[in-house]
Amino acid sequence: MITMLEAIRQAMRDELAADDKVVLIGQDIAEFGGAFKVTQGLVDEFGSERVVDTPISESAMIGAAIGAAMVGLKPVVEMQFIDFLACGYNQLVNFAGKMRYRWGQGASLVVRGPCGAGVSGSAFHSQSPESSYLCVPGIKVIYPSTAEDAYGLLRSAIQDPDPVLFLEHKFLYRRIKGEIGSKPIPLGQAATRRRGHGLTVVTYGAAVHTALEVAEQFGDQVEVLDLRCLLPLDEAAVFESVRRTNKVVLYHEAQKTLGMGAELSARISESLFEYLDGPVTRVAAPDSPIPFSPNLEKAWLPGSEQLAQACRQLLNY
Amino acid sequence: MTSEQKLQAYYFLKLNRALEERLLSFYKQNKVVGGLYRSLGQEAISIGSAMALQPQDWVAPLIRNVGAFLVRGYRPRDLFTQYMAKATSPTCGRDCNTHFGDIQRGVVAPISMLGAMIPVMVGVGWGSRMQGVDRVGLTYIGDGGTSTGDFHEGLNLASVWKAPMVLIAEHNQFAYSTPTSKQMAITDLVDRAKAYAIPAEIVDGNDVLAVFAATGRALEHARSGQGPYFLECKTMRMRGHAEHDDARYVPAELLEQWRGKDPIERFTRQLLDEFGFAPEQLSEQDERVKVLIEEDAEFADNSPYPDGSGALGGVFAS
Repeated sequence: MITMLEAIRQAMRDELAADDKVVLIGQDIAEFGGAFKVTQGLVDEFGSERVVDTPISESAMIGAAIGAAMVGLKPVVEMQFIDFLACGYNQLVNFAGKMRYRWGQGASLVVRGPCGAGVSGSAFHSQSPESSYLCVPGIKVIYPSTAEDAYGLLRSAIQDPDPVLFLEHKFLYRRIKGEIGSKPIPLGQAATRRRGHGLTVVTYGAAVHTALEVAEQFGDQVEVLDLRCLLPLDEAAVFESVRRTNKVVLYHEAQKTLGMGAELSARISESLFEYLDGPVTRVAAPDSPIPFSPNLEKAWLPGSEQLAQACRQLLNY
Repeated sequence: MTSEQKLQAYYFLKLNRALEERLLSFYKQNKVVGGLYRSLGQEAISIGSAMALQPQDWVAPLIRNVGAFLVRGYRPRDLFTQYMAKATSPTCGRDCNTHFGDIQRGVVAPISMLGAMIPVMVGVGWGSRMQGVDRVGLTYIGDGGTSTGDFHEGLNLASVWKAPMVLIAEHNQFAYSTPTSKQMAITDLVDRAKAYAIPAEIVDGNDVLAVFAATGRALEHARSGQGPYFLECKTMRMRGHAEHDDARYVPAELLEQWRGKDPIERFTRQLLDEFGFAPEQLSEQDERVKVLIEEDAEFADNSPYPDGSGALGGVFAS
């Protein structure tokens, strides 16, 4: 059993070993091993040519990764906190995300880093920014919830020919453990974490664990579907589950407005209207920055009580 | 430059200018979709620099670097069809004007956000060196673009990584309507490079031979493992930001002063007076230009627009 953090490191280690085109780029990632120690030891194994420290220049880091990808490398760029990707938004969204469509040239690169709240990181070290990158074309988005998935999905992400944003919930880094496989896990396949017949909770990331806790309270009523990848999205798995349970709660830590839940809600309403036995329900974060002090942050987080309340209401509908 | 290269430079300068003059006609006939951005008066920079590249080097041209595309083997028809949004354009109508490229030709397509190409070309040079490939990445920036974050982040990273990268700053005195004096508190862009310990030179941007020679030095420096190199080419934008802009904010005397420094007239005089070329040798090149422009203009004009089916797909590899 290894932690999710170790699983992520192992995925990078295995890819570095398997393919000499893979390089790691990031702030403090070489000798220091990264702010969260995700890359610890990799510079000793693979050398400072392949595990490369950079200045604090998120835009230049991603831009350079795009250039390096064009000449055949497979760069994996670490954001010290994924919030800082805002400083590299233009390179990722306007350069990497649009190039294949515009002129046929792709860029195989991964941007990865810690996201998510629950550790009093305040407004700039806690965000789940997936919506910002899903509402523009060209970037795949992965958000694993287990050590096994983190390993297998990161390996697939590194091998993928297109830009991938790989979100690692920092609350899970050392709190969950699991057995990892030795192979990549294909992108775009959701996983049913618990079977139920009364309603489906569609979720991903750290929220999967809260959903599983909550589902316990409802016996065999609540099904938990872990998306794992937000793009490519396993829409078929969502639809299959909702067709069976006829009720759905869309649950995530990111902001409710225009979040993943909003998109899924629209798709379910468009395609499964006649299957629904209750309102499509969302449990997600409020439209406010993430507060610092633990009590405030707890009040902000869409937690187990809110989810349980939503499940209860919908089951009784 | 050898005599042969001088004739070639002449040919490309004339081709660049004739191409844009033909585009201007298309523009007036409403056949150009969107704006028309000219490199009038700045042609020597693109052509002198691109001619100094080795075949394995890569270049990322911007909007006023039509000449770099031509030197890299693109034809006038590629620019015509791009500007006219035709199905036969290099991007099949998916993107506009100079927004195209092909790494087989060592040309990276630009995006509109200024400065963005700098870190990318740092990555091209650095990533090539990582794999033991001798390749320098060259790109351009205007005076306006030197105030962007990517300019500074990119140059700093290039210097720290000693990346084989050359940046050519075209100091054409106006960022759209804003004169350099309102953009920065320095007079020479080379001062920006000093902060990153990058060697830099000021070059007469209207002298194709000077640009060629300076770019050659810059590329050699980058190729030898000593890191990036910065050239500031002093020049003047002789038209508005694009053809829709009458540039009334540019003092008439400034334009008048630069009209006398036209890079093509100047090089033509040099070829005839200094280097002993016969007028017939130049008119032969002029004829080549004329024939190619006519042929390609006709091709572009007769090309169809893409039908809607090309709008979707190709966002991802699969």
